Amino acid sequence: MNPAQKAAAVTLCVIFALMVLATILVPAPYARQFRDIPNAGPSRAHPLGTDALGRDSLSRLLYGTRVSLLLAPAAALLSTLIAAVLGSAAGFLGGSFERIVLAATDISLALPWLFLLLTVRAMLPLDIPPMASVIIAFLMMGLLGWQASVRVICAAARGVRDSDFLLLARSSGCKPIRLLVCHVAPNLRPLFYAQFWISIPLFILTEANLSILGLGVMEPMPSWGNLLRGFEDFSAVAANPWMLVPLILLVIVVMCFQLVLPSPEVIQ
Amino acid sequence: MIRHAKAGILFRHGLRRVSFLICLGIGGALFSATLIRFAPGYGVQERELDPRWSAKSVEALRQEQVLHEGLASFYFHYLSALAHGDLGESESLKRPVRELLAQRFPLTGSAIVRGLGVAWLAATLLASLGLASRGWFYEASGTAVSSLLLSLPSAVIAMLAVHLRAPTFCAISVVVFPRLHRYMRSLLLRSYDQPHVLAARARGLGGVSIFWRHVLPLATPPLFALLGVSFAIAFGAAIPIEALCDSPGLGQLAWQAALSRDLPLIVNVTLIVCLVMLAANALADLAGRAFAGDTQ
Amino acid sequence: MIRRVCVALTLTLVLCLPPFVGADSASQPGGELHFCLRGEPKTFNPLLVEEDASEAIRYLTGGVLIRLNRQTQALEPSLAVSWKVSPDSRTIKFQLRTGLHFSDGTAFTSEDVAYTMKALMDPQLHSPTGDSFRSGEGQVEIQSPSPDTVAVTFPAPVAGLERLFDQVAILSAHSPKKEMAVLGPFYVADYAPGSSVLLRRNTNYWKKDKDGRPLPYLDSIRLDIQRNRDIEVLRFRRGEIHLINTLDAEYFDRLQKEMPTAAHDEGPGLDSEFMWFNQVPTAPLSEPKKNWFRATEFRRAISMAINRSDLSRVVFGGHAHPAFGPVSPANHFWFNSSLPVPQYDSAGALRLLAQAGFRLQDGTLRDSSGNRVEFTVITNSGNKSREQMTAMIQQDLSQIGIKVNLVTLDFPSLIERITRTYDYEACLLGLVNTDLDPNSQMNVWLSSAENHQWNPKQSKPATTWEAELDGLMHSQASATSDKKRKTDWDRVQQIVAEQQPFIYLVNKDAMSAISPAVVGSAPSVLDPHAFWNADALRLGPDAALGAQK
Repeated sequence: MNPAQKAAAVTLCVIFALMVLATILVPAPYARQFRDIPNAGPSRAHPLGTDALGRDSLSRLLYGTRVSLLLAPAAALLSTLIAAVLGSAAGFLGGSFERIVLAATDISLALPWLFLLLTVRAMLPLDIPPMASVIIAFLMMGLLGWQASVRVICAAARGVRDSDFLLLARSSGCKPIRLLVCHVAPNLRPLFYAQFWISIPLFILTEANLSILGLGVMEPMPSWGNLLRGFEDFSAVAANPWMLVPLILLVIVVMCFQLVLPSPEVIQ
Repeated sequence: MIRHAKAGILFRHGLRRVSFLICLGIGGALFSATLIRFAPGYGVQERELDPRWSAKSVEALRQEQVLHEGLASFYFHYLSALAHGDLGESESLKRPVRELLAQRFPLTGSAIVRGLGVAWLAATLLASLGLASRGWFYEASGTAVSSLLLSLPSAVIAMLAVHLRAPTFCAISVVVFPRLHRYMRSLLLRSYDQPHVLAARARGLGGVSIFWRHVLPLATPPLFALLGVSFAIAFGAAIPIEALCDSPGLGQLAWQAALSRDLPLIVNVTLIVCLVMLAANALADLAGRAFAGDTQ
Repeated sequence: MIRRVCVALTLTLVLCLPPFVGADSASQPGGELHFCLRGEPKTFNPLLVEEDASEAIRYLTGGVLIRLNRQTQALEPSLAVSWKVSPDSRTIKFQLRTGLHFSDGTAFTSEDVAYTMKALMDPQLHSPTGDSFRSGEGQVEIQSPSPDTVAVTFPAPVAGLERLFDQVAILSAHSPKKEMAVLGPFYVADYAPGSSVLLRRNTNYWKKDKDGRPLPYLDSIRLDIQRNRDIEVLRFRRGEIHLINTLDAEYFDRLQKEMPTAAHDEGPGLDSEFMWFNQVPTAPLSEPKKNWFRATEFRRAISMAINRSDLSRVVFGGHAHPAFGPVSPANHFWFNSSLPVPQYDSAGALRLLAQAGFRLQDGTLRDSSGNRVEFTVITNSGNKSREQMTAMIQQDLSQIGIKVNLVTLDFPSLIERITRTYDYEACLLGLVNTDLDPNSQMNVWLSSAENHQWNPKQSKPATTWEAELDGLMHSQASATSDKKRKTDWDRVQQIVAEQQPFIYLVNKDAMSAISPAVVGSAPSVLDPHAFWNADALRLGPDAALGAQK
């Protein structure tokens, strides 16, 4: 680890700690409305001011961090799992299965999911609690975000397929499933970790994009994307620079994730 | 003779590939049509809430809407019309889809081409400057800028573009640039570390001539592949950016079509998006493979 | 190397430059007024107009027989010099202006009026404009004894008949340009789908100013299609557009701070925001929930527990007024001023709920069988103020132990739920009112109507008060004297206040923004707020400030 990576790791740890301690640190519950002071500037009681409904911005930021930083890795885990299963099986088995998987990957990469998500969202039932809707939002991202990883993993699995040790294992009568689970997957494990790690910042960004378009986490639950919706009106941000804090935090976290990441050469 | 046969094989391979792509594209379009068809709110219009309509008119509006009850028949009609080059008529905008696409596609196309142009120039410049100069300053600032841009959600970039009144292609180039820069940098870095480049440097060749004579030829083939990939990235980014910036391109059209559950429009827009994306990816693949063959 | 870098940099810069925009014809005397439409105009046929964008274009291009003055709320002669409604409210006789021509030069006669009315009343033509004239079965009779007189007879009395003609733009019976030949101040010269509509001055427009100069003053109007309101406000502040017809509350204060003379608040407008509970008997809801929503005490308690003044103060920055009923106080004649002003009173709400068998236990409200009171409010996504109002209602109702969930849905799926599947519990929406007359709300209050949202399309009224509403609505529609109609309509408002089928929340103020460069503007409460007198608008000497591209 070089110094920059160390610094990034420390920053991430601090932010994670803040997130865990959110319940103790926050000045007020995130949904509580102080209706006498909407759109207030920073003060002792509300260090980051309040939003349009008078809700404490710091509390919303900390809880939003919790939502984004807990669920983005969960979504990344899900998508990496899907990619690992599909990718390694496709690369290992080859033939028409590989072709089908790669075609499916191509097509789901090409589909404009953004507006298809709109219709997927509308299919959800109404009476689910806010937390469940948040989890569903990330679940959907996880289910729809596996394509890039599949390609990488498939290519690597193809490499493993042609390797000597696998030939040896095969010639000694190892069954394909066992080959896949005991020989191919362990060899690809570093790649899985790398893919998982790369996906986290991507999902954080995706959530932000979706929430800005109104497809992400629903109010009054805060998330980084929800907090960024205020940016639609940049002139307000220019007048109240503390509104930039969520964006800065998001950028810092994503940058830290990228820095801590193993370099692209290792991954590809 | 051998070359002839090889060309034939290549041609057949290409043909198969293209027809496969088209099938995939149509499959994707029909898939998204299915999704829209079964989405809640299909066949419902906002104007039904207008209290000025009489009951009879509302009934007539609804009658008018129940057109694609059977999805299979819709697919059949759509495909047979498509074979004749007829793309149907948009339900929400009441205009031929072909006309709509002809109006919107050039706008998106030019935004993407310009955006890509800017992004490529900037990425090439920054990456090669950083490496050729071997100074830490260029290197560090290039990396810092690209990773900062990489960390911004593209929706925020789009909103910034709106605020600064920058045209759409600027937002596209800002989205594409950091990805391009990253990849290009590692590519050039790898080329610089080749033994013959090291040897050339040891002999005291100038930075510029090393770059042009030794590094660039090595890096060119993967760069071509990168062109395809970057096109796909740009196209993918253009859709949400246009929807957010409200610029009258394909992205905005697609967004409206999804919001108004306009089946004929959505099928065609996804068809185009799918085909372009698939083609760009396939080209990248092909370029990568062809050059890999050459170097072998 | 450096030279190459320079070349590349210049190339980058060139590519970055925005496309060159041709010089505008800003030097002409009348100038070009520039503002935004909030959606694609779906039609240029004035008879088929149904949404705002097309309506704006119809207002600017169409010539009508009678014009409603948006400021005085009085009717004024336009293409008709005078008119007379028969005592039975079935026949209206017009005396037309003579010697007028359409924008393409075709002469205007009574034949055009007859043609327009015939086309409008065609049962096959489904248009809101035509539907508002339909009061009974049968054909419309049109007589045009001479080129400058025309009489229209409807099969049944039409209440507020002459007012409806404000919406009827006259088409030419003979012009080869069909509906593109107009009698209004402007005509559609160019349309770039998805981007803009250009209107040019109609040199054949009949109206003159008091010095005898032909109107309109403006050479042209450019309407940009711009859905995003943030961008619209941004462009206004940059001076790229001259007016914003309806300004949202969130921008008002900031705009006023920057340009005190540009932002206009005309006081409460006609539009209202309200919420209602699903009372459809066949709705897929649990039985206890259906019982709550049907209980008058429950609805009244909810209404009492909502702090309306906080809603208008926080969500609308004070640019809205607590609403009591279906008619806004801005509608001077039809508003029932004797309605009780709703007071925010959560203790009172709890007392009412206790009467209906609800009880508060450890901070949660339970009904008589012990079910926790909890419901989901749906509203359309992308509407910030509605989301905020729901969030505030959420907190208000939590004070009386009710848990409210908020779900935003895109419009088509929301409409499907409230008009087809009835799979929702409560909904918060707004109604855009353009018409002052109670007849325009017929399809809301009749229990058999489609827009009777809380329980639409009933075969017979489900409750006695809905039966009374039906009777009153029919009686006011057939009454010939305004006094009788007003008595009926006042009673409707009173029943609605007592029963709270719609819980009215706020009346938003009518707000608009008009650049100081525009001379002659007189923003009004009625729509179109900012450009209702477009034919008399002018760009001042400092128009360059506003019109630069």
